[in-house]
Amino acid sequence: MSETVLRVRGLRTHFTLDDGVVKAVDGVDLDIARGETLAVVGESGCGKSVMARSILRLVDRPGRITGGEIWVRQPPDGMVDLVSADTRAVRAVRGKRIAMVFQEPMTSMSPMHTLGNQIGEVILLHERVTKAEARRRTIELLGRVDIPDPRRRVDEYPFQMSGGMLQRAMIAMALACNPELLIADEPTTALDVTTQARILELLRSLQDDFGMAVMLITHDLGVAAQMADRVAVMYMGNVVERGDVVSVFRSPRHPYTKALLRSIPRLGTGARERLRPVRGMVPHAYRRPSGCPFHSRCEEFMAGRCDVTVPPPVAGPEPGREVRCLLYEGTGAAPDRAGGPGNHPDSHRESREEEGT
Amino acid sequence: MLSWPRALSRKGRRDTGGGSSPEESAAREAGADPELGRASQWRLVWRKFRKHKLAVGGAVVVLAVYLVVVFAEFLAPASASATDERLTYAPPQTIQVDFSFSDGLDFYVYGYETRRDPETFEQKHTVDTSQKIPLRLLPRGESYEMWGLIPMDRHLFGPVDADQRAYFLGADRSGRDLLSRIIHGARVSLSIGLIGVVVSFALGLFFGGISGYFGGAPDTAIQRLIEFLMAIPTLPLWLALSAAVPPDWGPLMRYFAITTILSVIGWTGLARVVRGRFLSLREDDFVIAARLDGCGRRRIIFRHMVPSMSSHVIASLSMAVPAMILGETAMSFLGLGLQSPAVSWGVLLQEAQNVRTIETAPWLMLPGLAVFVTVLAMNFVGDGLRDSADPYK
Amino acid sequence: MLTFLVRRLLLMVVTLFAISLVSFFIISLPPGDYVSTLEAQAEARGELMSDGELTALRARYGLDQPFFSQYWTWISNIVLHGDFGQAFAWNGRPVSDLIWDRVGLSFFLSVSTLLFVWAIAFPIGILSAVRQYSTGDYLATFFGFVGMAIPEFMLALLFMYIGMRYFGQSPGGLFSPEYQDAAWNLGKLLDLASHMWLPVLIIGMSGTAGLIRITRANLLDELYKPYVVAARAKGLPEWKLLLKYPVRMSLSPFFSTVGWLLPGLISGETIISIVMSLPTTGPLLLGGVENQDMYLVGSFVLILSALTVVGTLISDLALAWWDPRIRYRYEGK
Repeated sequence: MSETVLRVRGLRTHFTLDDGVVKAVDGVDLDIARGETLAVVGESGCGKSVMARSILRLVDRPGRITGGEIWVRQPPDGMVDLVSADTRAVRAVRGKRIAMVFQEPMTSMSPMHTLGNQIGEVILLHERVTKAEARRRTIELLGRVDIPDPRRRVDEYPFQMSGGMLQRAMIAMALACNPELLIADEPTTALDVTTQARILELLRSLQDDFGMAVMLITHDLGVAAQMADRVAVMYMGNVVERGDVVSVFRSPRHPYTKALLRSIPRLGTGARERLRPVRGMVPHAYRRPSGCPFHSRCEEFMAGRCDVTVPPPVAGPEPGREVRCLLYEGTGAAPDRAGGPGNHPDSHRESREEEGT
Repeated sequence: MLSWPRALSRKGRRDTGGGSSPEESAAREAGADPELGRASQWRLVWRKFRKHKLAVGGAVVVLAVYLVVVFAEFLAPASASATDERLTYAPPQTIQVDFSFSDGLDFYVYGYETRRDPETFEQKHTVDTSQKIPLRLLPRGESYEMWGLIPMDRHLFGPVDADQRAYFLGADRSGRDLLSRIIHGARVSLSIGLIGVVVSFALGLFFGGISGYFGGAPDTAIQRLIEFLMAIPTLPLWLALSAAVPPDWGPLMRYFAITTILSVIGWTGLARVVRGRFLSLREDDFVIAARLDGCGRRRIIFRHMVPSMSSHVIASLSMAVPAMILGETAMSFLGLGLQSPAVSWGVLLQEAQNVRTIETAPWLMLPGLAVFVTVLAMNFVGDGLRDSADPYK
Repeated sequence: MLTFLVRRLLLMVVTLFAISLVSFFIISLPPGDYVSTLEAQAEARGELMSDGELTALRARYGLDQPFFSQYWTWISNIVLHGDFGQAFAWNGRPVSDLIWDRVGLSFFLSVSTLLFVWAIAFPIGILSAVRQYSTGDYLATFFGFVGMAIPEFMLALLFMYIGMRYFGQSPGGLFSPEYQDAAWNLGKLLDLASHMWLPVLIIGMSGTAGLIRITRANLLDELYKPYVVAARAKGLPEWKLLLKYPVRMSLSPFFSTVGWLLPGLISGETIISIVMSLPTTGPLLLGGVENQDMYLVGSFVLILSALTVVGTLISDLALAWWDPRIRYRYEGK
């Protein structure tokens, strides 16, 4: 496997609310290699966004990272765990090594500052350049993301631009310091379909040019299939299945992945199959089912097993694939990595106060 | 100064430090229990209000104060006008308890020894521990008519002997009992707030409703009017208007004149709230749905819009009452509102206008404490109501 | 921007006109007029005034004409000659003689208080929002409630009582006796400053309390918006981020607070001046009200309101300068 730019182990982000604790992310393991695209898919409310934000420690109170490790590269050739790192180290990663693009471009930019100001700020922050140089690079970046007339646009305010245009500007902002990883949190959800296609196309070509890895958070399996090299399926704060996108979508193993795939229309398969939504509803956030969290909706539910045992990850059949389901217990090889599967009882790190609260 | 609460009410407050991630808001939504879907709006408001400790405490105080208003004659040891020339500016007496248990607990106060300064002729009162004025619950005292109807002579607490007097909070210039006067004064001070708010409410609802529902030219005109009224500093305007109230009007006429003056200026804030709600509700899906269903305009307004904005309106109303009370107090304090023999907290404070008087009788500032506590409690309630006004948030 | 300015100025002229109408309406409001007051006073002395005398007096003061022509005489004299009419109770001295010094001091006091309120309320409001639910936040909230519930004049009385009781002198007035009638110089200015802090503190109390709560609420609204998270994701240090983004955003509504803060401060200033006998508009206005000296009262209402309207205009312009969205809307691009 090529060089890893992000390794997440046993990540837990919990929200302590008045009436209980919501375990939005509960033991997520992920790896992203240089230059690859990982799609994280799942229904809304499954913890994708919180997971993405947790990586850069951007979760606001009352949410807190209560355990796990987030390893990113630290030049020259070290690694740093963002969960235990101090805020300076975290800030040095934000915007520089890992950049983020958010769901709603309209509200993710300050309406009081010009594009040039907001994009140039990233460059000025992380690199030793003059203001003029930062401005020149900002204009160049705006050109790179196909914004027409970047010289004029650089002095305009976000409310003077369309949503698609702004999302391009957001991408330009994220690219400003050549990050190794771009986390795109539902980057096209708020846009119309044609704009969506163009933004995705842009992301793809930029990824080739810049050679960065992309973590694409989406609920749209079509987008995932189109963009990703690998895919991770999340359910109730867990990654229930992961692997390369072709094998996971061709031959899904986890009943949840199967159900998801059945719920979307497919072109060209010829079958006049009925679309079937995933049975039932995502359980109440406070009433997380025991055992496998999916068991209450699972069509292959095994009484006395699924509702008792938390399924450990099972590797195979293809390399790099993994599924958390008791159906496959004992069928696969041992998980293809050290660091221990399952509940990570050892990874209950001392929890840290979120920054910025 | 008096325009604070209305200005505050223009800005909705968000106290929950919630994150903005979709997961979390979903978690919050799902957070309340399943009853949420079925409970009526008012129950939800109440549930939320109950969590607001300060607001609940404030509500208890406000309720107590209004009980005082209702039972003023009974609760006050004396009437508001009973004078005693021998005891001008008598200092407050502390209630003493006799623990000898000869026949139950005995309460008493010490009497005064009064001397007259031979040079200034000022009366000096010192506590005379040799005199004991026994107190009891439900003594017979000055006779009065409860609510102007039922003749009674029992008071809640006071001297056993109806001819003796006790000054728990001291006496004023004419030896009148300050506690009794504060209790009686509450009636005017607090009712002026309520009546004033009712009048401004009617005006505010009317203009705000027109402005918000019709929009366009009427809206512009009314908005200009409101901006104009808000631009005038309230106190000078009040003063000017009260200058126009003929000095020979009786207390009742003055009372209504003052109330009118207060509400003529006070309705603007409410009108803004109403208009704002109307404007946003007009675009709400359920109102559009009602319109598409062919509901008449009147039905849309009264069946759909008014109920869903009433909690907001009540919240702003509760903020307007203390503003009115402060307004009346300020005007009467300056001698331009109500005047003796009428009793209100402002009228009582008029006596404390002079620094020399305050120095001899600092207890004359106590009506100010009553104003403070009442207004504070009402602001707590208003704040709590505003936070819980939108239970679906 | 220019069209906005012109429109705003036109609107101000209309408002000023409306204010002048209201002021004059107030002037003419009391039943009877100054002459009937004179008549009553004469009667009280046991003299009788003849109808002829009364008519002559009315003609002299122009009281026999219809409302609008009286208004016209009044307003044109003000605009053209700076003549606000006569203060009857001051033996017919011109109102303008009496008021300008006081209006000047009033305005000075109000603006000083405004600056004081801002200087105190902002940092506290911001801290209170950023450290929500901390001890400091609870203290600030508590202070906010208390400051809003206590009538200003009570506060003034309390301070004066404390001054009398424990320091043997009552804090009142704006000048020491030796500077009372002196011409303006540095000494007088310093003297003014040494007297002014207490009135400023008292007048500013409720304003500060209210503004703390508004700043806190505004900032809390902004603090968790997506653009803040996005800015944090860039790697900005927390304080720089706060000041550049949410604080800046939350200050927009604050500019529009000037519009209502100023009338409130002038109101507070009026009553405090009366209680503490400061040589500003307050006591004179009260005296005018008590004597039904309506030209004096009307002039005060007119001038104080006009100053407020100008203040609001300035705050609107400042807002347009501060907030590009508003500028953009006005420019109508």
